[in-house]
Amino acid sequence: MAERADKTRDVIVIGAGHNGLVNAAYLARAGLDVLVLEKNDHIGGAAVSSVMYEGWTYSNCSYVCSLLRPEIMRDLELPRHGLQVIPYEGGATMMRNGDHFATYYDHDVFREEMRRHSRKDAEAYDHYSTAVMKQCRWIKPLLLRTPPDPTSFRPRDLQELLYLGKHFASLGERDMGELIRFFTLSIADFLDEYFESDVVKAHFAGSGIIGTALGPYSPGTAYVLLHHYMGDIDGSVGAWGFARGGMGSVSSAIAASLLSYKGEIRVNSEVAQVLVENGKATGVVLANGDIIRARKVVSNLDVKRTFTKITDPKDLPGDFLERVTKFKIRGSSGKLNISLDGMPTFNNVPAGHSSLRGDLHFTDSMERMERAYDDWKAGDWSRDPYVDMLLPTQIDPTMAPPGKHYMSVFVQYAPPTLSGGRDWDGPARQQFADTVINQIAACSPNFKDLINHYEVRTPWDIENEVGLTEGNIFQGELTMDQLIFNRPVPGYAQYKAPIANMYMCGSSTHPGGGVMGAPGANAAREILRDLRIHGMDPRQEIEL
Amino acid sequence: MTKSYDHIVIGAGHNGLTAAAYLAKAGGRVLVLEARDAIGGASATAEIAPGYKVSTCAHLLNQLHPRVAKDLGLASHGLKFAGTDLPTTVLGASGAVLRAQGDNVEGAISPADRAKYAAFRKKLLKFSKRLQPMLLTTPPRLLNRDFKQNMDLLKLGWAIRSLGRTDMREFLRVAGMNVYDLVRDDFESDLVQVLFANDAVLGTSMGPRSPGTVLTLLYRLTGEIAGRQGALALPQGGMGAVADALAAAATKAGAEIRTAAPVARILIENDRAVGVVLSSGEEIRAGHILSNADPRTTFVKLVGARHLDAGFQRDVTKIRTKGMAAKLNLALDSLPAFTGLNQSDLAGRVILSESIEQIENAFNPAKYGEYSPTPLIELTIPSVADPSLTGPGKHVLSAIVQYAPYHLKAGWDAAREDFLKTIMARLENFAPGIGKQVVASQLLTPLDLEREYGLPGGHWHHGELAIDQLLMLRPVAAASRYEGPIAGLYLCGAGAHPGGGVMGAAGHNAARTVLEARKSGEKAA
Repeated sequence: MAERADKTRDVIVIGAGHNGLVNAAYLARAGLDVLVLEKNDHIGGAAVSSVMYEGWTYSNCSYVCSLLRPEIMRDLELPRHGLQVIPYEGGATMMRNGDHFATYYDHDVFREEMRRHSRKDAEAYDHYSTAVMKQCRWIKPLLLRTPPDPTSFRPRDLQELLYLGKHFASLGERDMGELIRFFTLSIADFLDEYFESDVVKAHFAGSGIIGTALGPYSPGTAYVLLHHYMGDIDGSVGAWGFARGGMGSVSSAIAASLLSYKGEIRVNSEVAQVLVENGKATGVVLANGDIIRARKVVSNLDVKRTFTKITDPKDLPGDFLERVTKFKIRGSSGKLNISLDGMPTFNNVPAGHSSLRGDLHFTDSMERMERAYDDWKAGDWSRDPYVDMLLPTQIDPTMAPPGKHYMSVFVQYAPPTLSGGRDWDGPARQQFADTVINQIAACSPNFKDLINHYEVRTPWDIENEVGLTEGNIFQGELTMDQLIFNRPVPGYAQYKAPIANMYMCGSSTHPGGGVMGAPGANAAREILRDLRIHGMDPRQEIEL
Repeated sequence: MTKSYDHIVIGAGHNGLTAAAYLAKAGGRVLVLEARDAIGGASATAEIAPGYKVSTCAHLLNQLHPRVAKDLGLASHGLKFAGTDLPTTVLGASGAVLRAQGDNVEGAISPADRAKYAAFRKKLLKFSKRLQPMLLTTPPRLLNRDFKQNMDLLKLGWAIRSLGRTDMREFLRVAGMNVYDLVRDDFESDLVQVLFANDAVLGTSMGPRSPGTVLTLLYRLTGEIAGRQGALALPQGGMGAVADALAAAATKAGAEIRTAAPVARILIENDRAVGVVLSSGEEIRAGHILSNADPRTTFVKLVGARHLDAGFQRDVTKIRTKGMAAKLNLALDSLPAFTGLNQSDLAGRVILSESIEQIENAFNPAKYGEYSPTPLIELTIPSVADPSLTGPGKHVLSAIVQYAPYHLKAGWDAAREDFLKTIMARLENFAPGIGKQVVASQLLTPLDLEREYGLPGGHWHHGELAIDQLLMLRPVAAASRYEGPIAGLYLCGAGAHPGGGVMGAAGHNAARTVLEARKSGEKAA
């Protein structure tokens, strides 16, 4: 094994996913010498844009930009580095009976549309959104904080617990109860308390299941809804938006920020192993045998990959490894990226209608959604899948040739491994694609004729290309046993690995997945703290 | 001229009787009013055919709180057991049998699983043990706690913290998990998985894969009977014997019990509960009213919306009470022959399911308002250990059948017969010929359980057991300390903390709250 004459770095970040890049950028900004190593020939992990078909750009993995923390945008000056986020203008759920339920940015118009489906629901809507937004506002400041260890007596942990206690109490008795309900209720039970119309409930319930190995009737899915609502675009809580140029522009903006702070990124540089000497991480060994040394090593890979693939088990405590093995990371989603020759039409939605300039769905009841989950449980993709579909080219024409369109189709549910010995690499992939295409075509008569090319991504593909274990888009399921101080492993929620000088910065850590950047920023803060470098605190303190 | 009372207890369920006994022992003049002809509520024994007595609703005792049993001297009031520490037998597909009793397990289990079983069970029991003190604690308020409530909260926190770092971490992790993942992480044998899954989901509206099912398992394992945590017991004479002993304790202490006396409403004067009005129109007054009825019935029906704050009323109507379990009672002319089981297995508890997936699959149709075509069944044949129920040679079989949703799309009155056939066909798979042994049968769907025993939505616990409906949130934050927004009115049933199971803790805690109020009232006067 030849040791290449590479200088010792301050920090090596393994993986150029958005969290790895955020982490590296914060560290470089603080004056550290940072090197990011990426196995693929491109950066971004699951936040990528790629040209799969001449003239079209696909956001071929993640597809929505809502969760990226505004603090990070500001600190890393992402807009200056080219990131532009454009909010959705609406959205719609297509119904089996040929009707649809449209959402509007304008509150009064939206209520009017809701009234068309149910007067009671229109009345309830304000109560519902107040309840959800109140909880989002409560949770947001916690995203950029390191979870305390409830078993510890260190002043730092006790102080943080006290902070959490006070923050909790600031809700008042009634909303304290509501918060607990949010963490435990199913999204179905929660929505039933407000709404009566199937389509209205189904429309809102989508956010409770996206990326999740649970159905809308499973306890805990109300929290998943919150998780998807925590974002804000231009100060509008819960709004979702497109990144101009596709999700890859999020990654390239962060990378540009990193480079501006003199950080370095190397692609085609797969890390084979974290180098551990005398119980301390001292660098990495690349797949080609090169060794690069560093004072700190940070992994952006999911916790399973980090500790079962690129770490020697003998360097890890046995119970830690056992917890890592038990970590639940079942993938549940797939994706289709489609290039279209023109704009498809949908169930009596007028062409050019604002609702088409947002997220479109084809599941008009929670029961259909839950049945889709039952298929997943049985090791099958949903025969009647929940689809979260976008046509970003209506707002960002740079992604396709003039007059043509790019369609991003997120599909829930698809299992990481299929039952009955079937392989994702076999005929199943085409059958899965057909299922999804038919689901859309049922509400869009000209859709099939417009298809030029499509790319199918199953959990198996996501694992193989992006490196997310079992194709789980959140690097680990978002259930109570895997959140906050339990994420990724109880006792190791503070971004430090059990090996000295090694850290974790991926979505397997608090606060979890989505293109949020918070895990990367939090890990950077912990590293700087350990290095006693001041001047970075992305936390927003709250007045108590 | 009616007599005057200090306390009126609405409902002679086991919690109502427990509360009555405590209050009477403390010198109060207590009247218990029961709508039905019989006492005991869901803890009842009844004849389903001449000469066949069975526990018609709840059928095993595993949580009766030792403090309640001791304080009220239930043994001296006639409570005897036909069996304590009953074995459990899981009967799977093609005659596979798993036998478990305490930490011992044998039969259809791999050597690796067998080696882990005792330690795994001990771990769960250890966690549950830490939750035990919570059962008899009045939940502290979420906000504005006084010194005592802060101490109670600290004690609860300390109970978890003193587990030590490793165990506390494990506790905080598993408490939010689903039982499917928990047991499959450690066990490969189907029937061991079934054993834990059954105890986690029975009586809830969740499947093994639903998050929160480890919590319900831990909740169940807080139970202690005859000095053994996590054990099952069969009261001599059926579950009605528990109610009879409680009633004997109450009447001995001077309480009066009136059956066939349904309460129509609670009398409110100046925002205070001052008495009750019976369906007959009779008005009876007392200083404190305790309701053993579920919170929704108590507040919406008996108190009435006009006395309630709109927010509170909304919270009460939101309490989740989706019942999923039906009860089947069979009178049999002889002992059924379950393939692979012997007489001593039949003296214990028998669970019929071949795998944890099968249980989850049984749950699927229930989510959509259909009963399961292959339900999970937990059964006992109490007459094996307790011939007093039927006389020699004859038997009764008592089965909890899950999943059968309260809201059945087809409507229960139309579908009851079909469901009975479905269950009998399932039983026939495991005990060929059982159908021919049936002398009489009684099927209680969740709807029947609501009609007959007042279980709201047919839910055994008067409300789902989940974090958002436990402790300071049970049944709702504003009524979690037994007294709700109406002064002088207390909840003493399973809808209040710590919930259902024939435990008596809610009755005990409510009585303690009333006695404290009485004491401070006397002081003030």
